[in-house]
Amino acid sequence: MSAHREHDHDHEPGAGHRHPFQPDLEDGPYTWHMALTDAVADLLLAKGIVTPDELRRTLEEIDSKNPALGARLVARAWVDPAFKARLLADVNAAAAELGIDAGGIPIRAIECRPGEHHVVVCTLCSCYPRLLLGPPPDWYKARAYRSRVVREPRAVLAEFGLVLPEDVRVIVHDSTAELRFMVLPMRPEGTEGWDEERLAALVTRDCLIGVAVPRPPSA
Amino acid sequence: MSTRFQPGQLVRVKALYPPGHCRTPFYTRGKCGRIVDLLDVEPDPQERAYGRPGLPPIPVWRVVFAQRELWPDYQGPTHDSLIVGIFENWLEPVEEEP
Repeated sequence: MSAHREHDHDHEPGAGHRHPFQPDLEDGPYTWHMALTDAVADLLLAKGIVTPDELRRTLEEIDSKNPALGARLVARAWVDPAFKARLLADVNAAAAELGIDAGGIPIRAIECRPGEHHVVVCTLCSCYPRLLLGPPPDWYKARAYRSRVVREPRAVLAEFGLVLPEDVRVIVHDSTAELRFMVLPMRPEGTEGWDEERLAALVTRDCLIGVAVPRPPSA
Repeated sequence: MSTRFQPGQLVRVKALYPPGHCRTPFYTRGKCGRIVDLLDVEPDPQERAYGRPGLPPIPVWRVVFAQRELWPDYQGPTHDSLIVGIFENWLEPVEEEP
């Protein structure tokens, strides 16, 4: 029954072929920061400050957040100017209007306008509105993105497939304070009369970071 | 509400290199930009890094820098810019030519 039936043979090192395998998490070095994280978590549990179930539920809740929540905010802002004004004033409160809990860390929306494109980075670490959009993509946390997007944003955006004309101002936002940023992209042309659900489907995670722009499916 | 700076005002980020943690990116130090707005008021991260409360909290100003100011060899158009929150104790006003 095993897919390894045909492998029912000698597995002495060097005796036959090697299986390709994905390294386990533990195969890498156990770093100082990993030890620190484990130690703090163990202490929080040992002192009864949080229970294992609370810790698990918090992680589960963060992982349940996703860019579709941000897309709903954008779509509503596109069809409702009053909501857009409230979103730009206070993302967390505007999210609550739609029944979305964006967490306790203030989030600010940056509006793209004609002739102006905005893109977000955190050069110091990887600040990201996780409690609204879920965990950031790996590239957002990578040194390559963090160091290059502030230095040569147009080259980085082009690598994401976003080539902006010279007359569009590119504005990079480096997230260094105790807030988080999301981009409010421009509504694409050709979407007049679309309902919110259809509009929201155009707004991807990368649009909310600013390395892509929403495009109608035909584009 | 801090009134030390006004939107549009020319400021310079202090070219300081203290040990320990701070939130002032290296690439902004010694560079001139303009105040956008007051972003937040936050405990001093340089104090908090040592487990101290960092109070009273410090205004954090959004400052816009021309990319050409940050990177003199910047290849893109001159109107490209970068906005970053800088703690007020890292900013000094710059006299503008009349």
